[in-house]
Amino acid sequence: MIEGIEIQHIILVSSLMFFIGVYGFMTRKNLITMLMAIELMLNAVNINFVAFNKYLHPENMQGHFYSLFIIAIAAAEAAVAIAIIINLYRNLHSIDVEDVNNMKH
Amino acid sequence: MDFTYTIYIVLIPLFAFLVNGLLGHKIKDSVSGIIATLALGVSALLSYFTAYNYFFKVGKVDGVYEKITAFNTTWINFTDKLHIDLGVLIDPISVMMLVVITTVSLLVHIYSLGYMKGDEGFTKFFSFLSLFTFSMLGLVVATNIFQMYMFWELVGVSSYLLIGYYYTKPSAVAASKKAFIVTRFADLGFLIGILFLSYTTGTFDFITINENASAFAQAAPLGFMGLSVLTWSVILIFIGGAGKSAMFPLHIWLPDAMEGPTPVSALIHAATMVVAGVYLVARLFPIFSAVDPIALEIVAITGGVSSLFAAIIACTQIDIKRVLAFSTMSQIGYMMLALGVSGMGEEGTGFMASMFHLFTHAMFKALLFLGAGSIIHAVHSNNLTDMGNLRKYMPITHITFLIACLAIAGVPPFSGFFSKDEILVAAMNHNPIYFWIEWAVAGLTAFYMFRLYFGIFWANDKKHDHAHESPFSMTLPLIILAIAATFAGFIPFNELVTSDGGLLNIHIHWDIALPSIAIGLVGIIVAYLFYKKENNLPSKMEKSFGRLYTYAYNKFYIDEVYMFVTKKVIFNKFSTPIAWFDRNVIDASMDGIATVTNYCSDKIKGMQSGQLQDYITAVVVSVVTLVFIIIYFTY
Repeated sequence: MIEGIEIQHIILVSSLMFFIGVYGFMTRKNLITMLMAIELMLNAVNINFVAFNKYLHPENMQGHFYSLFIIAIAAAEAAVAIAIIINLYRNLHSIDVEDVNNMKH
Repeated sequence: MDFTYTIYIVLIPLFAFLVNGLLGHKIKDSVSGIIATLALGVSALLSYFTAYNYFFKVGKVDGVYEKITAFNTTWINFTDKLHIDLGVLIDPISVMMLVVITTVSLLVHIYSLGYMKGDEGFTKFFSFLSLFTFSMLGLVVATNIFQMYMFWELVGVSSYLLIGYYYTKPSAVAASKKAFIVTRFADLGFLIGILFLSYTTGTFDFITINENASAFAQAAPLGFMGLSVLTWSVILIFIGGAGKSAMFPLHIWLPDAMEGPTPVSALIHAATMVVAGVYLVARLFPIFSAVDPIALEIVAITGGVSSLFAAIIACTQIDIKRVLAFSTMSQIGYMMLALGVSGMGEEGTGFMASMFHLFTHAMFKALLFLGAGSIIHAVHSNNLTDMGNLRKYMPITHITFLIACLAIAGVPPFSGFFSKDEILVAAMNHNPIYFWIEWAVAGLTAFYMFRLYFGIFWANDKKHDHAHESPFSMTLPLIILAIAATFAGFIPFNELVTSDGGLLNIHIHWDIALPSIAIGLVGIIVAYLFYKKENNLPSKMEKSFGRLYTYAYNKFYIDEVYMFVTKKVIFNKFSTPIAWFDRNVIDASMDGIATVTNYCSDKIKGMQSGQLQDYITAVVVSVVTLVFIIIYFTY
């Protein structure tokens, strides 16, 4: 329980971050930027986890652990994603998502 | 007396078949022929030994020949009640058949050593002969109806293989298929009959069925058209027998079966396999006579019609083997008729006569076929028109053929006279109509046999450049069979082979024998006048009969009727619509499912654009929509 800060404020911040992330993922054409948008979404979720843990069950720590877990996963995922992007760049000389359209009917 | 050794009578030919069939390509032709012949020789000796022991030493208990189960083993055991056995049943008819089969088969083996010499498939031929002999022996010693059915199909297969032996000839292939399909069609009746019979009686075993025949017949539930289930079952079984024995109207395969090598025709299509139908009825005779009399009446009518029908056709045919084939059909008709008019015990003249005729017929008909083979071997033609004057070239064949003709024409003291006389007596006792039919057939038989005899050996002064007497291996069987055909009539069948195993009192009825001898002689004299010297009497005769002659020459168009029924009616009216239904309804519905799926996927595959952000937009829009829907419906 943080003095003077309501849970609604925190949820508002995390929602804003999440939808900024969604918007970025849907509109940006650069794969790196899209990756950053994903990070934004993940972090919005992290904020939610920590906030609800603090406000609802301050005696437990699961929320914190999930946050840490997600950060670790996000790091690994970023590594894989960047490796894929580098390979794409080598093959296509571009990291524009619209050029990666081989997987279709 | 232990009869266990009889199993070897059956197994030795199987052994010869396996040796020649599996190792045939490694051994010389002559060796494989000798192996098969020797194996058959051992089998034949064992059969004679068995017959001697059974008939003259130990078979009789209190004046009645016992049925002995010499060997029995359970082959497939489903439950205590339902099990299929394989075994050897020794009783008068099976022992008699053992003797007939091994004798004829041995002589045919010896004959084939000469006849098939130099043929490419020599070992194959002998292995098939051994297979056939094994199957036929297994059939006659069957202890239960299921074993009989198995071997019944096996003889069908061997017959198929041997008819189609010259498999490069299209006509032989067609004939073998025809024989197989027609008999197999009839066997469907046999199988259904077996199922009915064993369902009603609760057993496959012959001894149990036959000993309790009348009890079963009374207990059998009512079936169809006022006849009991048991009556229907024996009628259905008889259909199987009629198919195998080439009875009208299932006879169409027999004349075509003559495409096979002549020794095969002698063994399978004259002496042994074609009488399997007669044997089947004889084997189940107690049950045939216990059920409704209509069953035996059907047997008698089928036999009578077949004998008359075949005899008329035989008078007109040119191919000598086909004449003999129709003659076989006619003689088997006699046997069937004799069974049909018979009763049990003291009434059993017909049964005894039928078995007697089966025995004598096997001898003289095998002789006729082997003689015909010898002639064909010399002339290289089946046609009567290519022959004539052969008595000067082939004296042994001539004399033996003459003996066989006299035997089949019923001239005393040759064997055919005695057996035919008993059949006529039995027919007279039952119904004079049958007697008069068979009496007329006897005359026709004498006529067409002597037409053949004069046509082959006299007729003209034709010169044959290559014709010569056949080698010793071919004339020896002829001589042996001629002796058998002459003296077989003196075997006291009334003491040995009767319906109940007891003694049957018979004597020659001169009131019946004299007319039958008379008509036989008339037939011979007419044939003598017509065919001894070439003259215009036969063609005048043909003209005076007009239509009848044409019909008979074309075998009364029965083949054409079959072709009409199968091709025009069944193929056009049933098979074609069914094929249409298959293609346009069953196949088409499956095709339709595939086509619809294909069409739909073709229409919606554009949604898969390959653009990652299109997909994520779709996901987000869907999720948001779902969330709104859930919120709307929840609150």
